[in-house]
Amino acid sequence: MTQTYHARIYVTLRPSVLDPAGTAVQSGLKHLGYDNVEGVRIGKYVELTLQAGTAEEAEGQLDRMCDQLLANPVIENYRFELVDAIAPASVSK
Amino acid sequence: MKFGVIVFPGSNCDRDVAMVTQGLLGQPTRMVWHQDRDIDDLDVIVVPGGFSYGDYLRCGAIARFSPAMQATLDHAQKGKWVLGICNGFQVLTEMGLLPGALVRNRDLHFVCDRVSVRVERSVQPWTQAYQPHQVITLPIAHGEGCYYADEATLNELETHQQVLFRYCNSAGELTPEANPNGSIHHIAGIRNRQGNVLGMMPHPERAADAMLGSTDGMNLFQGLLSTMLVSV
Repeated sequence: MTQTYHARIYVTLRPSVLDPAGTAVQSGLKHLGYDNVEGVRIGKYVELTLQAGTAEEAEGQLDRMCDQLLANPVIENYRFELVDAIAPASVSK
Repeated sequence: MKFGVIVFPGSNCDRDVAMVTQGLLGQPTRMVWHQDRDIDDLDVIVVPGGFSYGDYLRCGAIARFSPAMQATLDHAQKGKWVLGICNGFQVLTEMGLLPGALVRNRDLHFVCDRVSVRVERSVQPWTQAYQPHQVITLPIAHGEGCYYADEATLNELETHQQVLFRYCNSAGELTPEANPNGSIHHIAGIRNRQGNVLGMMPHPERAADAMLGSTDGMNLFQGLLSTMLVSV
């Protein structure tokens, strides 16, 4: 029996990597009057739906997907939330 | 010396490379479609510039899984030559054949220009036809060419003399203004520890024909060829 799971994956730049796009957005916000914004970092958000036997199995697969393709571990970190399509319970990693 | 040029959907410098290796240097060259795996007959694999698979997700992220790149991994592990130019450099870092990563340019612009590049050292085979610290001019054309690596990786690169090209001014000085994309340590091109894999953001193949204004990139290809002549 497999289950349908929804995953929300967040890919963010490692703190040590400069984010010129984030800096540009911060300066845009400043021009709009938001002087109180202290930092902007831009990442990626991926939604995917997958079939897996258990939540653990789905998490293991998501870890591998992120390591292999969705994130580049040299410059990016990732985390994901897994939602059981039937019994919604958030698993954060 | 037989060259192979990988062609992805979205490659756009593949024929420029073949024009140099076959057209100007008279070496047998064949285009390798990204779905091909059989590259045993080739001595040098060139991963050209362009926007492989649209560069979706990250530059080079999807290209690395193509059959041709998996074969290139084996090719490199046998100690055979691999040259990645621009998008090719991005692909080689994504697949771990070269350390570090290439991220968005410091000033966010796509930079299309001719820049001064310092040849750091004269090594076989890539830069043996240049003088150490020779300043040459090469075209660049990229939006994500800012080289990044963590401190430990940078130390390794410098300790093992893996940096072969750095952005500089016309006097060969590493000034911030002469760094077109914000690359750490002004890095424009590196080789792997073993020395058989080179990745660089500047385009030597676009500076190989006097009719097009510059031949500063030609020595790179000629260096490769003379290595072959020695070893035969």
